[in-house]
Amino acid sequence: MLPQTDYVKASSVAHALDMLHQYGTGAAILAGGTDLIVDMRERRREPTMLVDISSVEELAEIDVGTGNIRIGAGVTVAGLAGSAIVQHQLPLVTEVTRHFADYLTRNRATIGGNLANASPGADLVPPLLALNASVVLATAQGERTVDLNDFLVGPRRTLLLWNELVRAIHIPTPVPRGQAYEKLGLRTGGAIAVVSCAVSMDQAGGECRRVRIGLGAVAPRAFRSSEAEQIMEGHMFSSDIAARAAEAAANSSQPISDVRGSAEYRHAMVRALVERALHAAYERSSEPQE
Amino acid sequence: MTSTEARKQQYRVIGTRPIRHDGLDKVTGRARYGADIHLPGLLTGKVLRSPHAHARIRGIDASKALALPGVEAVVTAADFPIHEDMEIDLVETLGNLRVLAENIMASEKVLYRGHAVAAVAATSAAIAEEALGLIEVDYEVLPPVLNGPDAMDANSPRLHENMTTHSVAKRFERGTDTGVGSNIASHLQFKLGDPEAGFAEADVIVEREYTTSTVHQGYIEPHTATALWDFDGQVTLWSSSQGAFGMRAQTAAVLGIPESRVKAIPMEIGGGFGGKLNTYLDPVAAALSRETGKPVKITMDRAEVFIATGPTSATRSRIKLGAKKDGTLTAAWSELVYEAGAFPGSPVGAGASTGFAPYKIENILVDGYDVVVNKPKVAAYRAPGSPQAAFAIESAMSELAEKLGMDPIELRLKNVIRPGDRLPTGVPLLPTGCEEMEKAMRSHPHYNAPIEGPNRGRGVAVGFWGNAGNSSSATVSVTADGGVTLVTGSVDIGGTRASLAMQAAEVLGITAEDVRPSVGDTASVGWTGQTGGSRTTFSTGLAVVAAAEKVRDEMVKRAAILLETEPEKIEFDAGTFKNGAGKSLSFQEVAAAQVRTGGSITASASSNPRQVGPAFAGHIVDVEVDPETGKVEILRYTAFQDVGTAAHPSYVEGQIQGAVAQGVGWALNEEYVWSEDGRMENASFLDYRMPTTLDLPMIETVLIEEPNPAHPFGIRGVGEVCIVPPMAAIANAVANATGRRLTHLPMSPGRILEALERPATNGTGG
Amino acid sequence: MANETPVSIKVNGKEEQRDVEPRLLLAHFLREDLGLTGTHIGCDTTQCGACTVLIDGKSVKACTVFAVQADGSEVTTIEGVGAEGELHPVQEGFWEEHGLQCGYCTPGMIMSGIHLLNENKNPSEQEIREGISGNFCRCTGYQHIVNAIQYAAKKG
Repeated sequence: MLPQTDYVKASSVAHALDMLHQYGTGAAILAGGTDLIVDMRERRREPTMLVDISSVEELAEIDVGTGNIRIGAGVTVAGLAGSAIVQHQLPLVTEVTRHFADYLTRNRATIGGNLANASPGADLVPPLLALNASVVLATAQGERTVDLNDFLVGPRRTLLLWNELVRAIHIPTPVPRGQAYEKLGLRTGGAIAVVSCAVSMDQAGGECRRVRIGLGAVAPRAFRSSEAEQIMEGHMFSSDIAARAAEAAANSSQPISDVRGSAEYRHAMVRALVERALHAAYERSSEPQE
Repeated sequence: MTSTEARKQQYRVIGTRPIRHDGLDKVTGRARYGADIHLPGLLTGKVLRSPHAHARIRGIDASKALALPGVEAVVTAADFPIHEDMEIDLVETLGNLRVLAENIMASEKVLYRGHAVAAVAATSAAIAEEALGLIEVDYEVLPPVLNGPDAMDANSPRLHENMTTHSVAKRFERGTDTGVGSNIASHLQFKLGDPEAGFAEADVIVEREYTTSTVHQGYIEPHTATALWDFDGQVTLWSSSQGAFGMRAQTAAVLGIPESRVKAIPMEIGGGFGGKLNTYLDPVAAALSRETGKPVKITMDRAEVFIATGPTSATRSRIKLGAKKDGTLTAAWSELVYEAGAFPGSPVGAGASTGFAPYKIENILVDGYDVVVNKPKVAAYRAPGSPQAAFAIESAMSELAEKLGMDPIELRLKNVIRPGDRLPTGVPLLPTGCEEMEKAMRSHPHYNAPIEGPNRGRGVAVGFWGNAGNSSSATVSVTADGGVTLVTGSVDIGGTRASLAMQAAEVLGITAEDVRPSVGDTASVGWTGQTGGSRTTFSTGLAVVAAAEKVRDEMVKRAAILLETEPEKIEFDAGTFKNGAGKSLSFQEVAAAQVRTGGSITASASSNPRQVGPAFAGHIVDVEVDPETGKVEILRYTAFQDVGTAAHPSYVEGQIQGAVAQGVGWALNEEYVWSEDGRMENASFLDYRMPTTLDLPMIETVLIEEPNPAHPFGIRGVGEVCIVPPMAAIANAVANATGRRLTHLPMSPGRILEALERPATNGTGG
Repeated sequence: MANETPVSIKVNGKEEQRDVEPRLLLAHFLREDLGLTGTHIGCDTTQCGACTVLIDGKSVKACTVFAVQADGSEVTTIEGVGAEGELHPVQEGFWEEHGLQCGYCTPGMIMSGIHLLNENKNPSEQEIREGISGNFCRCTGYQHIVNAIQYAAKKG
């Protein structure tokens, strides 16, 4: 049984922000609800006011700007999967949508919700980290933009203030050409990540450039392994260097043991998945552009 | 097979694939399952469950809950009668009434986390849930025992202070009391020949220990029960269960009232697999209804289904096989330790009697231990007890084949049991096609296809299940328009309305569509054992055939009256009655005249088969193991089975495919993860990982149709044996792919990776 | 303070107006308030998909949507599929191809199948498997379910 609560359907971002301001810390933003409703059922969250932003059209847009692609926080995972802009310019994001939870959940879950919920294993986060995404946060007073890597603070903790909502995600363009995603779940459908990782990179004559490695489910928050990135950055790609970077990525993770796997297993899997993703990303970075 | 083709031609309806009678209701959402019942004044019941795995109940204070507006009653064990030990029939697992009652509501002690301690009835689910939080239970927490081998230790904490080990020589026997206090409820032993001498004769011996985790049937519909205790003392139940008569018997017994006062109405059931043979909620709902005078419905949530119903045993099996160089088995030994959960009654007896059954072995020693631990009391799960033993024994068989340098199917064929040979229980085997099945496996294109690519392997395994008989009842009545109504007492879980209607149609010379089958409540049809033990199409089928034959014979008499001849002169052929002199009447014509030719035509019959007809299955599987992550992918799966005459081949295939899917989950992913204090840490479908569409390939089925002599159409139970081979077949494929033998289920990625870090043991025998 | 909120939801073509608690889930609204018990509940934790319905044509798990969120939307449940006396091809496929055993997952599977075929008229076996990957079946091993959706795709 879920806790008692009140509800308002926001008609605009301004309306939603006004409601947040009015109801304070008891208010919760409701978008797809795929995390919030489960949390409420488990009594992990007991909001007294639900501010439903799922009908706010201005949050559901994907735009190509100068130097970035802007994805509204209310875009669903199915919306990302079906977006021609995303398919053409952000194949890494298209790829992760195919591994996100399950088909039905993709029709409800939103990109903003996946970030704001800040689950260490949130599927969209490692690819967005690897794409150097930033998050646009809005209050009634205005907007601020923060790096996704800074936005995530800890398990289910972000920089989001009580009167703020995630407005959009910015992905700087052009994105690196080499992109790869690896998710290890314990089953194939409806799987939750035991380890997930995303890599993006460019190369110039075999030299790795703009290497970014995002990791999920192996630390209190999804994060970029700068140790691993530094090993690759500016160096000629080789199996040896990829293995060293993968080892560094594993060492930069702080996995826990739970019902889905032991810390040792996760540590080993970071190494294996990062190594695979580095190879795949490097190969793709070498592919001739269309 | 040519004999199969010949048999197919001998039937008009059996062996065809009509669409199911209840299909329309089920594809339009009109079918009514247990939770779909709604009655005027209906109250919602909820159950308070123990937060401790092992504790003494010092007291329960429900006064605050009762004071909450909207709460109409609270019941605890004090509201149920006290029971002595008494066996009651639950088809595959004999039940003990005291155990059943104690499991439904704890009295002095709670024995697992999730054990019911009280229940509330209220005007809404929200109020009922709030009331649970207001019931104060004073517990004295005791140390729990959480696995079988630990529980066997004489120094371990004891669940039942007065329990002593019984020594048992036969399955289902209570045995003789050894007088030794222990968590071992019973020690069962089968012995054939001279095992010691047999091992001394062997050229090659394999010996290994295997373990399996607790797993759940995983039916999608949670348990639910609705009860109304009327003012005249009559009780009506609307249940989701595998048999209304079982619910009636258990509910009446637990409540201490005569069975004749209880009427159980079966609702549609959303899967059972053995887990809905036992009642958990019906007597509680009935007691709450008695207290309130109103109907009460209790529906579990998914977490309750996991922690408070009956999964199947976690096990430890030690296996030893001895063979001559030519592969002849000289001796076999197994020691099986099965966790029963909180009360005695694991399926170790079935494990003990089935594991070696596919083989003719002169010298066998089987020791089985039924051990209580602080976990939910286990219930039946599809061929209960057999899969765990088969995982160990079939793994050992393939390891032996590899040691001998023999093909694993050749080794099995070399020792194959044939009709007339003695089973491990000493009983001779009825005609069945184990040998034909293994030959079909050997010659199948799958077995002969090359295994291409690294990290890939192939495994095989076979399995045996005895199947259940038990009694069923059926009533066949002719309608004036030439149709037939069929009422049986068998709850339809997977299409038995169709498979039973087909048998009536076969006898009466009409089509399956002419028969309107329904599932009767306990007041409208004779006693019928529950749907379990692969018995319904077989044993209820026997009752249907017998009732239909009576109707046919009566129809012949009526046709004789209409055709003005003697019944003996009537030739009945495909629904037509001929007088031998060129005149004939259709089924419809005789039906239309029934009242004026001697009254309505209806007949009932019951079955009571003395022979049942067991079943064998054999599986071939190809896997690929990811050497970096330990993940196993099923590449190809072919399931062979002696199914007797396949009454409805699509349903037979469906049973096999469904069992393989469960087997794949059991092999690779499914397990209860326990905390140190006995809490199930993954009590949701998120982390109790049943296979999705993306985790399974298409599953090819090969039906071997060796007719069952115990049924007039040769029908054999098919639903259970198919879950026996998958775990061993997959383990053997993993061994073939990696050179490592996995000895624990599930073979989760982490465990496979650990195994890969060990040196390879030539263990490549698929 | 159980603040009830008025909702107006077009369910199977019929406008339904009720006052509901905001915490009421769509699955319970359909089953208890409207008596549409063809939408089944199997897990209450957004896993099994037995409660799948269409909201504005998209397949969703009704146990993970508040009824208030469906205000102003069109909801289609299994009871609203197929015209009078004429089954939807996906319903027909499940019946003809024996795509069910116990039938409990069937309504949800059918709803997912309908959404899938609306998006992709001619799905491959893999695409069908992905389309119903959010729906559990414990009886069939999924094979006859895949066949049922293939049947419907062929029928168009």
